[in-house]
Formats: sequence, structure tokens, C-alpha cells
Amino acid sequence: MTTILGINVFALLGQLLVGLINGSFYALLALGLAIIFGLLRIINFAQGALYMLGAFLAWLGLQQLGLNYWLALVLVPLAVGAIGILMERTLIRPIAGQDHLYSLLLTFGVALILQGAFNHWFGSSGQSYPIPDALKGGNNLGFMYLPTYRGWIILVSLVVCLATWWTIEKTRLGAYLRAGTENPQLLQGFGVNVPVMISLTFGFGVGLAGLAGVLAAPVYSVSADMGANLLIVVFAIVVIGGMGSIGGAILTGLAMGVIEGLTKYFYPQASSTVIFMVMVLVLLFKPAGLFGKEA
Amino acid sequence: MNDRISRTLSSVVLGSALGLAALSAPASQASLSDDRVRLGVLADMSGPYGDLCGKHCVEAVNMAVEDFGGQVLGQPIDVISADDQNKPDLGSAKAREWIESQGVDAINGLVASSVVGAVAQVANSAEKPILISGAGSNTFTTKTCSPFNAHWTYDVVALARGTVSPLVKSGKKKWFFITADYAFGHALENVATGIIESNGGTVVGSAKAPLGTTDYSSFVLQAISSGADAVALANAGKDFVNSLKGASEFGLSQQATMVGLLVFASDTRSIDADIIGNMRLTTGFYWDRDEATRVWSKRFMERTDGAVPTMAHAGAYSSTLHYLKAVAATGTDDGATVMKHMKANAPDDMFARHATLRADGRMAYDMYQVRVKTAAERSNRNDLYEIENVIPGDQAYAAMIPECDFK
Amino acid sequence: MNTLVRSATAGLRLPLSQPHLGSALLLLAALLAPALIYPVFLMKFLCLALFACAFNLMLGFVGMLSFGHAAFLSTGGYVTGYLMINSGITPELGVLAGTAASALLGFLFGKLSVKREGIYFAMVTLALSQLVFFFYLQAPFTGGENGMQGIPRGHLFGLIDLSDNLAMYYFVLAVFLIGFGIIFRTIHSPFGQILTAIRENEPRAVSLGYNVRQYKLLAFVISAALAGMAGATKALVFELESLTDAHWHMSGEVVLMTLLGGMGTVFGPVVGAAILVAIATLFSGGELGNYIHIIMGFIFVTCVLAFRRGVVGEFGHFMHKNFPASGFGRPQ
Repeated sequence: MTTILGINVFALLGQLLVGLINGSFYALLALGLAIIFGLLRIINFAQGALYMLGAFLAWLGLQQLGLNYWLALVLVPLAVGAIGILMERTLIRPIAGQDHLYSLLLTFGVALILQGAFNHWFGSSGQSYPIPDALKGGNNLGFMYLPTYRGWIILVSLVVCLATWWTIEKTRLGAYLRAGTENPQLLQGFGVNVPVMISLTFGFGVGLAGLAGVLAAPVYSVSADMGANLLIVVFAIVVIGGMGSIGGAILTGLAMGVIEGLTKYFYPQASSTVIFMVMVLVLLFKPAGLFGKEA
Repeated sequence: MNDRISRTLSSVVLGSALGLAALSAPASQASLSDDRVRLGVLADMSGPYGDLCGKHCVEAVNMAVEDFGGQVLGQPIDVISADDQNKPDLGSAKAREWIESQGVDAINGLVASSVVGAVAQVANSAEKPILISGAGSNTFTTKTCSPFNAHWTYDVVALARGTVSPLVKSGKKKWFFITADYAFGHALENVATGIIESNGGTVVGSAKAPLGTTDYSSFVLQAISSGADAVALANAGKDFVNSLKGASEFGLSQQATMVGLLVFASDTRSIDADIIGNMRLTTGFYWDRDEATRVWSKRFMERTDGAVPTMAHAGAYSSTLHYLKAVAATGTDDGATVMKHMKANAPDDMFARHATLRADGRMAYDMYQVRVKTAAERSNRNDLYEIENVIPGDQAYAAMIPECDFK
Repeated sequence: MNTLVRSATAGLRLPLSQPHLGSALLLLAALLAPALIYPVFLMKFLCLALFACAFNLMLGFVGMLSFGHAAFLSTGGYVTGYLMINSGITPELGVLAGTAASALLGFLFGKLSVKREGIYFAMVTLALSQLVFFFYLQAPFTGGENGMQGIPRGHLFGLIDLSDNLAMYYFVLAVFLIGFGIIFRTIHSPFGQILTAIRENEPRAVSLGYNVRQYKLLAFVISAALAGMAGATKALVFELESLTDAHWHMSGEVVLMTLLGGMGTVFGPVVGAAILVAIATLFSGGELGNYIHIIMGFIFVTCVLAFRRGVVGEFGHFMHKNFPASGFGRPQ
């Protein structure tokens, strides 16, 4: 064991890496929330439930249809996205223009329904999803043994997050999206179908949660409550990053995972609290969030 | 549903009108307080502990009622159940409602020690027996003992003695704990630590994981960096399954001996034989031990879609049967009278061998040290254990402390 | 945020024409209720109703959605429970101590949060209450996941044994009436009028020279204190305090009760709590237990989509529209 200044470096590095893995999930989920809030001003409290739905669809696909992991990785986010679009059309659109808090309460209700339903059907004990053969095993990094699948999670999350960020911030499509939040009428005047754009954006944000769900299925057990507590953490991350800031959500997501890892090494009792401490501090001193613009 | 509500309502009306007559019913009367015996089964029905007791414990209690003939003293026996979700507040509120407004005479199941602690407070002061079939903390027969507790299936002392001491003696000296962060886990870690230290071993660290944790990677890393040569999992049910899987995924199992302190047959069956094979553990029941257990287990499996019976299931059956026998023999459902009789007469069935219900409420009986069979050794999916040793009840369990001597 | 409540509060005020008759009937019903219904259910309902009324003071009358009120409910419960177990004080003092502790915590929360608005206020209160939750999870005196068990109900004024459910019920009823009375008086006092003015048009209230933050802070402290009183009483009823009361789900549940009954109405939260306790009781235990959350979810969705005024608010609105002379829903 390598020890510097009383710190077990291997153990610390291990916790940081595990933190980064968790951070990858945070980043994906926070990104979806931030897109939905940033572009549509909707607070989607159902994001955690849709993440759970993604994991369950992957599991059900495997059990019932023999749908393998790789297909699930593509199809399930699409399916969850489609459900999201349906939700946007039927439930959220009627309250467009109302106070933000109504969308929060509405989606909270949707989350309760989804969690309650899956709890009823499958119990709360959790189903296990096998790691795909190609990603079994692992590598010894010297300081720890990294299972291949965990590395895969980091990779997928980073690629998806960066691609999304690039699309929104650097391309014409992204420019339309951003314009749509500033001035929908004007954009409509340019011939862009704004309502469809809103639906698709919502579907995409929600689809990210579905993707995170599929990624999570083999490492966490698939259960109705898997998204509930995660959601509150992810919410905190979005607030810390600055509500609506795409890059902020990604960076904060990864950073908070790492900070949790640090806390797990130095003071494990505080590891579940540390994100909320950061959140309180940020809200007190920089209420628009670390990367947000002051309103 | 409606039927239940109207029953509830009518019993409430009666109860409050008569100044809670049900609670103060005279003990000497040789009859049942409300023309029936009603048993409540309280357990985690679908959570982390759902498989080890849960709805199949309700089935086991039903089997006992049927085997007893469905009625006692010419009056019907009925069984009601509820999900406590491992939450003490839910469990305690449900127990209170059952006892105060639904005429429940005894409570069975009782899995998470935190819930049992809260339920015991309610039941003890109402003088209703609780037949603890699933929980492990030894507090119910020591610190918080009561004349109305019957701790049936196992406890942390029996587990730690049966599993930990042979390992320490065989040379595993540096121990690390991954512990469920509530009453049961704490008690188990405590008792096991005592045994490790008294045999010359040391505990190099411990990580407390919340009940229902699904990702054990950071706890497993702590265990790896501690350099322990034995890692004890002081948890149960799905927590045990997930932590053992995590240990295998991150390579902890190659570095240290994994020790499951509380392993139920349902958990053993749900884990890959390659991961859990050759683990040594202590249990109060194995379905394939002899003809009597096989006959009972076969019936159980037929009623539960092939679930493998755990010691909690068998314990729920055995305790119910013993309770009903005592009601029949004493002619009353008065808690104190029934408990006295249960203690004075040894339980004897396919589960409770060489058994006695001690004055402190501890049911002491034969416990088994078993080895989990490897994939190659298993002839079918329920072929799980090889019994290596039988520990007689008086050696398995701690001696009674004088404060808890309720004759 | 203000639009959230404004649309909802054209709802029920007390029918001032026959207030005494109505109140007397309600009180009589409350006094006789334990003859028909299991008293512990009634006590649970009263505690949650008080909790929802306290919460509604912030949401309905100041127009601020707190997503952290579970912290006050649980603080009341834990402090009272700790004192009842360890110091042997009488229950009425125990409840007072729990209330005071929650007021103090409310002052702290309020200092940090009332300058934020809308979603940011909701988020600060949520974050703070999460800190409180994890504190209670790990602090040794709460018993963590085991809960704080064996809280004695004690003897009221050292005389009346509250371990009897009926005696306890009347104690809880008294606590509820006191708390409800405080809220009622607050709303109908000049202070309450100013709160409403802030809700309706904050810039105008500022320009009239009111120190808006001070008013909001005071309202928050009262709300927190009464939520703590509800929690303290609940802990005595169940002789147990647990993390369930501190969890953010509880903060969501109180929003639901208020929204369902009608935010910004005096009786709305009481009705909302009654409906929720009834549902929970009907479905608790057995196979149907999981339906509770599904039903709660549907209620949320339906309320937001169709009944933003809540049961009492819609009723008041209906009466006001069709029978203006009845005195229901008269705008103030």
C-alpha cells in the first residue's frame, strides 16, 4: 500500500474513480434536466422515475423479448423519449405558461404514479440484469481493479454529454433551440415549428434519463425506487450548476461525483450530505448557480 | 375490503364504548377474548427482506393454522398480514391498530430488528405475545426483554458463534465489516467483534451501509484498502446479495475470505454458485436435512411457486404451531397465560429439534454449520448446503441473563 | 409564484353569516368522533391537518412554496421525544419545547431563504431540510433508522394519564384547535392582511414601506413552529419518531394535502389531510398498499390540471358563483 502524509493514495484514488462513475450518472441525468429546464422552463420532477423506467424497459426487454443489451441501449432511450413526448403533449402542454411550480407538482405526481405502479408490479426488492459478455471482466489499474463495465459507463456518459453540449452550443440546431426559449414567436416566424421542437426537446431530455437507466441496469439492481433518491441529488446538481446551464450540469455532475468520492475517503459519514451542503452554499452566495447567468 | 372496514368500525365502537374492554379482559376466564384467535403477520413484503420472509411467511403461518385444524377451542383462527416496508413507524402503527382495534392476539413474522423493536414496545405494554421469526438482534431477550417476547429462529449470537469463531481459530485474524446501518447490523457487528477479539483476532475497520443499498463499490474499496483477510457481511437479504456481488466484481473475494454472517436459503439460491460456493455459514434450518423437513418443504414449495423455504419461513410455521397448542391447552388467548405454557412445554416439530423456549423468551434449538455447495456439487437448484456440524442449542445461544428470567 | 395562489384563492373564506353554528357543529362532531372511529386514526389526521395548515400559511397566504417542511415536523417530534424520554417533563411542556425548537430552526431556515423567490426558495428549503435529514440519520440520539422508540405519552399537567387513547385524543384535539386558532388569527390580523398584500403584489408592498423580508420571516417562523407542534404531538401519539417524518417525501405529501384541499383557504388543508389519511387507511396493509402512491400521483396530476383551487376552493368558487348571498368565497 502506498501512503503519503497518512493518506492511503490507492484507497483515495479508488474512491475518486468510483465517484467519477457515480458522477457519470449524475451528469447524464442532470444534463437531461438542464435541457428541459433551460430550453423549456419546465421542472421535470419525473426524471428519476423515467430513469427507473429505462432500467425496467431494458430488463423487461431482456426477460420477455430476449432484447440484448446493445439493442436496449439504442431502443430504450427512444422508447422513453417517446413516452416523454406523450407526457409533454397530454399533461405538460395544457399548463404551459403557468407558474414553474405547477410543472414541478405535476411531474412529481407522474413520478409517484410510475414508481407506485412498478413497485406494485415488481416489488421493491430489485431485479438483477446481467453484465453483457463483451464488457465482463476488468483491468488492474495498479491502485484498484476496475471492472470493464464501470469504465464503459464513464465512456458512454462522457461521449453523450459532450456530443449534446456541442450540438446545443455550437450548431445551428442548437441555435434554434436557444432562440426558441428567448423568443418563440420570432422563431415561429422564421418557419420553425416551435411546438414540435418543444416536444422533441422534451423527448430528448427524457431519453437521456432512459439511457442512464439502461446503463445503470447491470450495476444497480433494477427497482422502482432507484430513481427517487437519486433525483433529489441530481436536482441539487442542476441548481448548483445553474438551472438551465448545459455545460454547468455536465461539469457539476462529474465534479459532485468526485467530491462525494473524496468525502467517502476522508469523512464517510458526510458523503451523502456533502452535495446538499454545496447546494446551500451556492444558493447563498451565487444564487444563479456556478455556471448560470444572473436573471 | 368493506368487510374489514365494517369489522374495524364495529370493534372500535365496542372498544371505545366499553372503555377498551378488550385490553382489560380478565385473564382467568377460560375462553377467547373475541370468539376467535387472530394472528397478525407483519413483515417486509416486497423490499430487501421480502424473499426471506415476506408473503411466504404468511403462507407458512397459514400452513400451521391448517395443520392445527383451522380452529381452536371450537372457534376460528384467522390470519391477517401487512407490509411494514422495514419502517419502524409503519410497523408500530400497524401493530397498535391490530391490537387496539382488530383484536389481534399475537404477531408473527417480524423481520427488521428496527421494526421489531418498535412493535415490541406496543405489544409488550398490551401484553400480547410476539413470535419473532425473522429478526436477529439479541436485544429482545437481553436489554429489552419482556415476558411476551418469543425469539424463535436465530439471533446474532448464534450466527457469530457458529460462523466467526471457527474462522478466527483457523487463522483469519484481520477482519473488516460491511454492516447494515441499523439495530440488527450493529448488534451483529458488536457480538462478532467480541468473538474475534477474544480469539486473538483484530477488527481493522468497518463500513456502515444503509439498508437497501444497491451499489456497494465504495464500501468494497474500503474493505480492499483495509488489507483484511476476512470480510464479514453483517447484513441480510438483498443487501447480502448485492454486497457479495460487489465484492466479487471488484476483486475483493480474491483477496479476502468473504463471510456471510446471516444468509438465508433464498439468498444463496439467487447468487451464482461460482461466487458463493464453499462459503461457510450458520443456519437454523435446511430444507433437505431429513425426511421430516423434506415433507414439509415440499408442501411449502407447492404453495409458493417453488420458493425455497428459509429458516424464517420454517420458524414462522413452528412458532405458530407452538402458540396454537398453548392456546388449546390453556383454554385462553390471554398473553401471559399462553406464554407461560409455551415456556413450560418444549416445542417439537420438524423445525425445532432438541428445543426449549427459555424463560427469557429465547427458543434454543439445534443450529447447523453448513458449507455452500459449488456448482459442480449441486444436483438441482435447491441443492444448496452440506451440513458439516450441528451445534446444540445451549452452545449456540448465549446463556440467559437473570434480569430476563420470566418464569 | 404569485399567480400560483392568486388563481386559487378566490376560494372559501369562512361563511361569516353563520360562523358560530358551523363551528359549533364541527366541534361537536370532533368531540364525538372517537365513538365511531379508531382514535389513533383521528389523532393522525389532526396532526397532519395541523401540519398542512401550518404549511399553507406559507404557500397559501404568503405565496411561497417551501419544499422543506418535513424538517420542522421531525424536529418537533425528535426534540419532544428526547425530552419525554430523558427528562421526564409533562407532555404539554414537551410539545411546547418541540414547538420552540422548530421555531428556532424555522428562524434559521428563514434567515437563509426568504430573500429567494419561487423555485429558488423551494430549492433552498429543500437543500436545508436534506441537511437536517442526514443530521437526524446520523445523530446518535435519534436512533437513526431504528427511530426514536418508546417515547412515553406521560401525564398531562402531571395528572391525566395520556396512555389512554381517549384522553390522548382530546389532548390532540386541543392542540389542534390551539394551532388552528393561531393560524386563523394570524390570517385575519393586520399582519395577515399585509402577507396577502405581499403575495398579491410584492413591489407595491415594498413601495408602501413594508419590510417585506421581515414579514416573510415572521410568517415562516410561525409556520415552522406550528409544523413542529404537529410533529411533537404526532410523536406522542405514536410513542415513536422516525426518519419518515424528516424525509423529503413528507415535504411533498404536505404540498399534496394543501393542493388537494385548496391552498389559501382556511379549511382546505384540513380537508386535504382528511382525504389523504382516509386513503392511506383504506389501502394500508395487504396487497393494495402500493396503490397509495399511485392514487396520490393521480391526485397531484388531476389537481394541477383541473382543480387548482382544491376541494374547498372549488366548492367556495361554485357557491360564490351560483349563490353569492351564501357568503362563501367572498373575496376579502
